[in-house]
Amino acid sequence: MSGYRSEELLISVISRLLADCGHIAVGVSSPIPGSAALLTQATSDRPVRVSVIGAETPEFRTDGGVDLFDSAGQGRIDAFFLSGGQIDGEANINLVGIGDYPEMKVRWSGSFGSAHLYFMVPKVILFREEHTTRTMVDKVDFISAPGWSPDNVHRPGGPYGLVTNLCLFMFDRPNRRFRLESLHPGVTLEEVQDNTGFNFEIPEVVPETQAPDQAKLELLRSTVAQKIADPYPKFAERVWGVKAAA
Amino acid sequence: MTNQIVLPDVEALAARVADGAKVAVFKDGAVPMDLGRALVRKGVRGLHVVTVPTSGLLADMLIGAGCVATIETSGVTMSEFGQAPCFGRAVKSSSLKIMDATCPAVYTGLQAAEKGVPFIPMRGLIGSDILANRPDFKTIDNPYDADGGDDPIVAIPAIRPDVSLIHAPLADAFGNVWIGRQAELKIMAHASAESLITCERLYEGNLLEDPHLAPAVIPSMYVGGIAVAERGGWPLGLTGEYDDDPDAILAYIQAAATPEGFQDWLAEHVFGSGAADARVPAQAAE
Repeated sequence: MSGYRSEELLISVISRLLADCGHIAVGVSSPIPGSAALLTQATSDRPVRVSVIGAETPEFRTDGGVDLFDSAGQGRIDAFFLSGGQIDGEANINLVGIGDYPEMKVRWSGSFGSAHLYFMVPKVILFREEHTTRTMVDKVDFISAPGWSPDNVHRPGGPYGLVTNLCLFMFDRPNRRFRLESLHPGVTLEEVQDNTGFNFEIPEVVPETQAPDQAKLELLRSTVAQKIADPYPKFAERVWGVKAAA
Repeated sequence: MTNQIVLPDVEALAARVADGAKVAVFKDGAVPMDLGRALVRKGVRGLHVVTVPTSGLLADMLIGAGCVATIETSGVTMSEFGQAPCFGRAVKSSSLKIMDATCPAVYTGLQAAEKGVPFIPMRGLIGSDILANRPDFKTIDNPYDADGGDDPIVAIPAIRPDVSLIHAPLADAFGNVWIGRQAELKIMAHASAESLITCERLYEGNLLEDPHLAPAVIPSMYVGGIAVAERGGWPLGLTGEYDDDPDAILAYIQAAATPEGFQDWLAEHVFGSGAADARVPAQAAE
């Protein structure tokens, strides 16, 4: 048995994708991306700002909901996280539901800010733990936000990587497809192929995802665990047994 | 002249919401659940609900109670508690017209309305099925494009609600309302023909006279009526005052999993005395 939890592996994978970011914003219900942003902050040799939507702690706060989108529009946010009930091979994401719109078989919440942030934030990291043919599909049933845009559409941002509980894909923007970057420890290529509904590029050699080293694990279990307990108390307690400061 | 804006109770506020009205509600931290319950008791019908930019329990309850014909939203969700049960059922049964949006488009539409202009352009949206299903969103050419015009951008039309519904910590007898941290409530109030306010307490004096409070005040010119509703957000929290009541929210989600269960919940918590009873134990914010 490895000396880290699956959440800690995912946090460390995402954190490496954020290496050059000065301002990382985290949306609602995103404890693993939030922890990754904080790990980046704790390991960077430059100041890193982390904004967490809905957090009470002053250091995580922006100037409100409108400000989040306005500042993304200005280019003040370097990285953001999106997910999807469905994600397809062109990195289109669907947060609306399954079936024919509008009377869908399954209706989810809605698209939130995705149709703006996916365009405006340079590095959008897609994160979805469940990696099955149900979530990783050939074509999404509804495009909440497209993975790519024609050349004439103003789009400084877009998909950068896709992290799941099986692997890391990087998005090849010119070719509009995912490339398998690494397999998480113990996961085989066949397992990823069997559970993915879209075609993706497979390099000749696919490395194993780098596990978090001891120094990172110590940071995660102290600094990061304490800080993430404000916006995500249940997560901090479940993963690290840390309670939020009163 | 100063007193008629403060109404005796939430029923008097609810009476000002007409069938078919376009009603704006805020995402969280300022949600007037007592007023929502009064709307259900009044039996309002055919509302066009604009969620700013999302909603949860309030929209779900109004939908379940048959008050809503159209919802214009970027998301209806119970956040960490799960999916919104009545919303999901209504969408599937086609009993609800849905206008899917994205959060900044809702803010942009309200900002156009508060400025009195027909639209404001925003980035993003192009190529999405949101845009494909919103014929009221129009793609135009950026007239200022340096290369002479191949820069499509989406024009978001002004959203002008008839009424916005807000629960706030404080209001005064002059009709001014102190909203605390939730600055977006001002956009919503400015864009709406009038705002109906419930508040925890009345403030002695004029809120606009206090330089610390004044920047977070919706002035009376936007306010149609005020009623005191202590713990009027329950079971939702009010930012800076008290937290969500997670047990009560979970109980709602479990009950509303079936139409029958939802009717039982209404009978107890909207038409019965359950709502008042449940919040008597002080769940004061820490």
